[in-house]
Amino acid sequence: MAKLTYRHAVARGIAQEMRRDDSVVFLGEDVAAAGGVFKTTGGLLEEFGGRRVRDTPISEQAILGAAMGAAMTGLRPIAEIMFADFFAVCWDIVANEIAKMRYMTGGQITLPLVIRAANGGGLRFGAQHSQAIENWAMAIPGLKVVAPSTPRDVVGLLAASIRDPDPVIFLEAKSLYAVSEDVEDGEIVDTLGTARAVRDGGDATIVALGPMVPKACAAADELAEEGIRCEVLDLRSLVPLDTRSVLESVARTGRLFTVEENPRLCGWGAEVSSIVSEEIFGDLTGPIVRITTPHIPLPSAHALEELALPSAARIAETVRKALAS
Amino acid sequence: MSAIKESLVPPDEGTRLNLYRSLVELRYFEKRVYDLFLKNLVGGTTHLSLGQEAIAAGFGAALREGDYTLATYRGHAHTLARGVPMAPILAELMGRGTGLMSGKGGSMHLTSVEHHVMGSYAIIGAHLPIACGTAWSAQYRGSDQVTVCFFGDGTTNIGAFHEALNFAAVWKLPVVFVCENNLYMEYTPIGDVTAVPRPAADRAGAYGLDPVTVDGNDPDAVYVVAREAVGRARRGEGPSLIEALTYRHGGHSRADPAKYRPEEEVKAWLARDPIPIYRQRLIADGVAASVLDEIDRWALDAVDEATEEAKAAPPPGADLLLKDVWADGSATWRN
Repeated sequence: MAKLTYRHAVARGIAQEMRRDDSVVFLGEDVAAAGGVFKTTGGLLEEFGGRRVRDTPISEQAILGAAMGAAMTGLRPIAEIMFADFFAVCWDIVANEIAKMRYMTGGQITLPLVIRAANGGGLRFGAQHSQAIENWAMAIPGLKVVAPSTPRDVVGLLAASIRDPDPVIFLEAKSLYAVSEDVEDGEIVDTLGTARAVRDGGDATIVALGPMVPKACAAADELAEEGIRCEVLDLRSLVPLDTRSVLESVARTGRLFTVEENPRLCGWGAEVSSIVSEEIFGDLTGPIVRITTPHIPLPSAHALEELALPSAARIAETVRKALAS
Repeated sequence: MSAIKESLVPPDEGTRLNLYRSLVELRYFEKRVYDLFLKNLVGGTTHLSLGQEAIAAGFGAALREGDYTLATYRGHAHTLARGVPMAPILAELMGRGTGLMSGKGGSMHLTSVEHHVMGSYAIIGAHLPIACGTAWSAQYRGSDQVTVCFFGDGTTNIGAFHEALNFAAVWKLPVVFVCENNLYMEYTPIGDVTAVPRPAADRAGAYGLDPVTVDGNDPDAVYVVAREAVGRARRGEGPSLIEALTYRHGGHSRADPAKYRPEEEVKAWLARDPIPIYRQRLIADGVAASVLDEIDRWALDAVDEATEEAKAAPPPGADLLLKDVWADGSATWRN
């Protein structure tokens, strides 16, 4: 057991899998010699060498194309897209090629690959380096979408993603890179498609993802002091989606709140809300409420960014008001 | 036009007969696809290689089993030239359950992993980076597999082309990029939208590669250039970029009557049809016309047989609709 930051958990997860499987290779911009612009991949080049840990040009299409071609011919590549916003310059390879290849070829091609990216806001990088793009990825059939909220989950879910036979978009919360927790030594391998209850309570269910999880927990702690007990569910992956855990929780509490970092329209909370209202409408005791970033590009100034992103205070206030009415 | 080194040896007679067989097979096949359109037996769209067959044939003959090829939506010829049987390709075009991809891909996505045909790609430029990946994988695994990536002249103006060429050169990947310059990017003359006269060859220097052009209507010349570039890649000497000059006999796709091309230009290129020219060359070099007639008959019979087989096949079953999104065979995204 030792303190592990979310940042260092990335390299630990990759190293764990590279040690056990020689077909795991890693490529991206500044990932090898520089150890990553977020310092998430330090030490990998030293341990595994330049044959397996490779710096690339600023060529996102080439990075992901290379990962795809390698995955369909026997390797298990991990590719880094430095900021999730940059998916927009290589979305063809992601959405048209990687996601569809297996289906279009009648199952001939398998693509065991992971695309990691630093996702979301909170660091004042402005609208082109702060987007939460989980809803883009979730909209494309053929992509798994994973977003850990803790250092331990980074290791375990990254390992599970690397071992998974399908393409995984692995979204790291750049606002959580500095967060640390005690993590046990040894191999950690988690399971995709399993949500986890991180707070217990019978009055309402708050479903969150990635960096919204600690905020939802802080809100739940604040509400608990007022006697409002919320269950906080960390979804951990959007595809596969652990609807069973959500439905069981909402059936028990009667209320659902989703906390999404993505802009409002077509955010994942809309899909979760739709499933809950279609399948257990009778168990709801009040309307479902979505707490999201407004439908705007993310502003840069601290004061504005803070207003835009869901905060613990906004979550608590929204839940408080909804339960009181 | 050709940059073939004088020291390179021309193909032997056996290889030339194989090239001829491949040419007529691709020609009869593509003509049949066109006929099946008119009978409404092939849906959607298709892009034929009529007139451009010598490039797929020449490279097909120069490759080993196990080498990877990637093609574009104009990929019937390149798929056939790797030895993929006709019937499943036709069945795929006709939306049958016995199709090469069970009817889920169609004309623009022909893939046969069994033959190392690693896909036909319908987004311009996308497969050049992917070809870097198959080449990287071969390099990493220490196999001597070579990747050949075919694309059109229009591809040279999209970003992925430049990303892939630079990437392949920097990583010294065993890949051969083959630009089939048929003078038109879809409906527009390539010269009208490109800053240099030779869209691929004139860009080679930017990636530290030699500019190579070849007569894409001459199967011998294509074969010799292909053998050289593939050999370089196999020896670990890095990528090549080859520009093969050719001409489409028809339009860009099914919907295009190609009226934008000057009559004189069409006439001049039809006079350079690779098949009659190659046939005459082989006869002049001593091959009996009866041998070539026999090959023609064989190809036509093969196309007829494949047509009947594909026509008789049932449509894909409804069970395929929700199959194979994921590696476990399912389309399940929730529990």
